[in-house]
Amino acid sequence: MNPLSDKQLEKMLRNDPPAGDLDRAVQGVLAAAERDGLVDVAYASVDSPFGKLLVARTDRGVVRLKLPGGRDAKISDEETLEALATYVSPRVLEAPNRLDEERRELEEYFEGKRDHFDLAVDWQLTSPGFRSRALHAVARIPYGKTKTYADIAKAAGNARAFRAAGTACGRNPIPLIVPCHRVVQSGGGIGNYGGGPTMKHALLDLEGAL
Amino acid sequence: MPDESLPPFQALLDEHGSDVLGFLVASVGHSDAEDVFQETFIAALRAYPRLEHASNLRSWLLTIAHRKAIDHHRYRGRRAVPAGSPEEVAGGKPSSNNRPDTMVEGGDPELWTAVSGLPPKQRSAVVLRFATDMSYAGIAKALDCSQDAARRSVHEGLQKLRGEFA
Repeated sequence: MNPLSDKQLEKMLRNDPPAGDLDRAVQGVLAAAERDGLVDVAYASVDSPFGKLLVARTDRGVVRLKLPGGRDAKISDEETLEALATYVSPRVLEAPNRLDEERRELEEYFEGKRDHFDLAVDWQLTSPGFRSRALHAVARIPYGKTKTYADIAKAAGNARAFRAAGTACGRNPIPLIVPCHRVVQSGGGIGNYGGGPTMKHALLDLEGAL
Repeated sequence: MPDESLPPFQALLDEHGSDVLGFLVASVGHSDAEDVFQETFIAALRAYPRLEHASNLRSWLLTIAHRKAIDHHRYRGRRAVPAGSPEEVAGGKPSSNNRPDTMVEGGDPELWTAVSGLPPKQRSAVVLRFATDMSYAGIAKALDCSQDAARRSVHEGLQKLRGEFA
């Protein structure tokens, strides 16, 4: 064999691993990370009749659920994950197995087979005070019922703050599980929704609340 | 959101996993690369929340991979046990066609055997330069040395390879 030129040598040294090997190696990292308790935020994509939901949880419970439509659609999944990395922990990993229970309950809910969620909630992305009290009140609205923004404001301790109650619902980090779609306008209007008014209407219809 | 905030760790796996695995296949051999890859990313994940800068995450990961590869070689005993069979080191079956200009993916097995026999610093420098396309500045960062030293390590490594291969 003739002596090699630098170019030939370089070319021979370029060595991309096969894609299948990379997948397996990444799965190995994930399994080890879970075993060692290093996954602070696990997330997965969950199918729904409205499109893909992004669901994230910590050891304490579901911390974020991003809806596919409406205002939520303007935020990319990357931005949502970046926010989780910044405000919860940078140890954010895609771990679909950790969200099996969330996936199962959400699927049952969308099929009309489930009227409440048995999922723990991690409230850390909700600011304390009025907003937290408002969203806790929202969390107590039963399946198939609605409350007005004024009702929520009152439950949160300030009956006149119905606009602030609307803002609290708008900032709900965990829609569906904290059912802000059950909060409507006093005058009979359906009101806004992070996933868009069409989705809100469809959810209330599914629950027989309309 | 602060500028220097760390990206989700998943992004490091997605964006740099391929480079790190390529580096490890080249430096510890195909059969052990997966284990060292896992050690590398678990070590990174442990340290990640305390990392002060989000810049140069690729260099940071490759630095850890380099250290883990050295640990691995020490553990296996560099002289006693070769890094792997030629097929393993190359990450693919040896090509029946030995002309380098038509070499398929996976590089040349004999060449990778020669690379795995280089001293650790030269080995890492050569692999970083060519298997992961890293700049000399990047290599210097990853190997914690000056750019001149990085250039020298690559150069010396290549010279040795050429000597063995010519």
